[in-house]
Amino acid sequence: MMRLELVKRPQRSALFSAVSPLIALVLTVAAGAVMFSVLGKNPLDALYYYFIDPLRETWSLHELAVKAAPLILIAVGLSVCFLSNNWNIGAEGQFIAGAIAGGILPVVFPDFQNWSVLPLMMLMGVAGGAAYAAVPALLKARFNTNEILTSLMLVYVAQLFLDWLVRGPWRDPGGMNFPETRDFHAFAILPELLPSAGRAHWGIVFAVVAALVLWFVLRKTLKGFEIRVLGQSPRAGRFAGFSAPRMVVVAFLISGGLAGLAGISEVAGAIGQLQPSISPGYGFTAIIVAFLGRLNPLGIVAAGFVLALSYLGGEAAQISIGLSDKAARAFQGMLLFFVLGCDTLIHYRIRLAGRATARRREVAQNV
Amino acid sequence: METQRDGEAGGLLDVRGLTKVFGTLKACDAIDLTIDRGEIHALLGENGAGKSTFVKMLFGALEPAAGTIGWKGRQVTIPTPGAARRLGIGMVFQHFSLFEALTAAENIMLSLDEKAPIMQIAERARALSKTYGLPLDPFAHVGDLSVGERQRIEIIRCLLQKPDLIILDEPTSVLTPQEADKLFDTLETLRDEGKSILYISHRLEEVKRLCDRATVLRHGRVVAHCDPRQETAASLARMMVGNDVEAVSRPADAGGAHEALLEVSGLSRPAANPFAVPLREIRLTVRAGQVLGIAGVAGNGQGELFEALSGEALQEHAGVVRIRGMDCGRLSISGRRLLGAGFVPEERLGHGAAPHMRLSENLLLSRHATDGKSLLGPLGTVREGALTAAAERIVETMDVRMSGTDPEAAALSGGNLQKFIIGRELDRQPAVLIVNQPTWGVDAGAAARIRQALIDLARSGSAVLVISQDLDELFEISDAIAVMHDGRLSAPLPIAEASFEKVGLLMGGAAPGHTIDNALDNATEQA
Repeated sequence: MMRLELVKRPQRSALFSAVSPLIALVLTVAAGAVMFSVLGKNPLDALYYYFIDPLRETWSLHELAVKAAPLILIAVGLSVCFLSNNWNIGAEGQFIAGAIAGGILPVVFPDFQNWSVLPLMMLMGVAGGAAYAAVPALLKARFNTNEILTSLMLVYVAQLFLDWLVRGPWRDPGGMNFPETRDFHAFAILPELLPSAGRAHWGIVFAVVAALVLWFVLRKTLKGFEIRVLGQSPRAGRFAGFSAPRMVVVAFLISGGLAGLAGISEVAGAIGQLQPSISPGYGFTAIIVAFLGRLNPLGIVAAGFVLALSYLGGEAAQISIGLSDKAARAFQGMLLFFVLGCDTLIHYRIRLAGRATARRREVAQNV
Repeated sequence: METQRDGEAGGLLDVRGLTKVFGTLKACDAIDLTIDRGEIHALLGENGAGKSTFVKMLFGALEPAAGTIGWKGRQVTIPTPGAARRLGIGMVFQHFSLFEALTAAENIMLSLDEKAPIMQIAERARALSKTYGLPLDPFAHVGDLSVGERQRIEIIRCLLQKPDLIILDEPTSVLTPQEADKLFDTLETLRDEGKSILYISHRLEEVKRLCDRATVLRHGRVVAHCDPRQETAASLARMMVGNDVEAVSRPADAGGAHEALLEVSGLSRPAANPFAVPLREIRLTVRAGQVLGIAGVAGNGQGELFEALSGEALQEHAGVVRIRGMDCGRLSISGRRLLGAGFVPEERLGHGAAPHMRLSENLLLSRHATDGKSLLGPLGTVREGALTAAAERIVETMDVRMSGTDPEAAALSGGNLQKFIIGRELDRQPAVLIVNQPTWGVDAGAAARIRQALIDLARSGSAVLVISQDLDELFEISDAIAVMHDGRLSAPLPIAEASFEKVGLLMGGAAPGHTIDNALDNATEQA
């Protein structure tokens, strides 16, 4: 009988640690090519539509920024959570909660129209996402519940609540019974950066600023040190005088707030109204972005564009060669698999331990 | 199983050239060692000398890179601990592997290869315990037993396998002196029956007393085979360390009025979990200029006491703990540090230091609150230059040996990391220093340096509280010794009145002849 064992390496290679995300990307592309050929498509064509075609025109670069903005915003928040050893899996729910909270003004009070609406919407989006993230945080800090489960389950609550809102109380009275709210009025729309060139809106600016600020906090300040110590060795963190329960709440509030900002930016920028579904899984894909960016906010900016490309590429491949949109999800999943796999193999090596061999040796020696 | 060979020349174990390599480190380098029948053989060496690696190869837990093991006159390979047991090699580990929720007999049954009814095993265990003077109730739950009693279970479990060679790894490190005496009687009985014992220790006095021959290891090599009875403790120490260890000097207390810097009155703490020890009504006072030692067998509440004093666990009333005259029972660890206290916990990696953070970051760990002015800049930014400079200063003062500049804490050897962690606190001249196990696992040279630093700190006017299981250490540095047993603290014995015997009795839980109150009065009068 053979057994696989992970044996800790005495020291990890600095070179491989640095290039590991690139290795993971290459492996994903290779495995993707295999997947495409199994699906009966020419792998080179598929890879072209996936990774090259979306980068050829200005408007599609704008689309890339539209998709990358929520991914980066959510993922930099998640990096604070993951570094402090808090496993917030519910960013998708916080994204929706932010969109709903921010949407109150243009949907419920459509006559309140002036320049203050948009900043208020943004603040309410942040507050909504943070409040929604506070639920699993307080449950963990107070009752030691498992935040992976509670935060994940709250995603479905948020999705169904939004669904109910847009089909029920918030449905557009003049909308022919379609399940969507009224269109946001002009004061509630997040402006486009270069309206003549494409759809990219201020969300991408928020994302880059958030990444820069959190990079500074994590790398240069005592707070960042506190986040990392509590994540790596909680007991040493307590010895340092840092409070782990307080950190649970802080980390969830930061990541929930950023996810909420991403949510309201998405509906106020890219969509312009609330619909039953406002996210193609940004909150989950952002987990991949966070790890591909090695939990470093600057790395996350780059990783956000890579994953945004996989969304665009998925659409392009669907249109041009009829590849199922599920293939894009599978592609993202493979990427996370290879990122985590590479990271594991940097710290551990695999050993095949044959119990049979040991026993054989023992028997031989007893004869 | 090989009775016909028993006559051969008395040689039981004949190890030649045994070598084990970890990465670039030769943990064991061509070790030769022979053990005769009916011999107690000491394996001496400092921490990291290769003792554990060597016995793990004998017990089949590690595979040698080179060398041969001769057993009863023929060559064997020992691939697993099971194979070692079948050959007749038994081992009692330093850290026990017992299930606390099961009885002694059940624990023994789990380790036996044969299937036998529990009553029969209990009976055999009881018989063995009588023969060898190891009193043991087979039906007692392990969770209720003292460390010494748990060790007896391990020894009986080992004896039930009828081994010819018994390996004991630092057996007395968890025993009171009286319990150790009983263990020595047992070992001598076993020797007289013709069994052989490989006795691993760094306590020289007991090796001189008990062992027939000794093999001394240093840096993975055999430096000497000798007869410990012909050697002095000093000559054995020199072989182990390679040069003379400077004796720690303890200048007399300067005298004069001494302010009480750390006062604890009526500290009680319920057990945080089923296997923790509750603290009961602890009182102590440490005055400026004084080192108070707290002795005790491991697991009698020392860890809980440390957490309560450091502020990692808060007290119900502020007045229970006073630092420099200020009530601080409700203050966090940072608050207590700001009052001038410093703390060094027992666990180095994961408690005193974050393993995968650099030394300079680990400096920030305990100093960010007290040294905020010099280490932190505007907006809570960390001044990396100041931090690195401070870390370098500590590295130099404490002679911390390491490779590269500012490595991760986990990359340092235990002794060097301990020097850094103690130096980190000494560097700010704390008025009160509380240290748990200051030299556990530290080599002799570094240990002497740490002990001297603790005495010097006290003599410069600070109060130092040292919790330790190493009695030699406490007698070397303390002005008074108190003993923890079952969550209670005895009255302090001034060092002039303390003896190994008195302290040993208290460690075993014997009620002292005087009550806490009048002893406190005595101590106060003396001070």
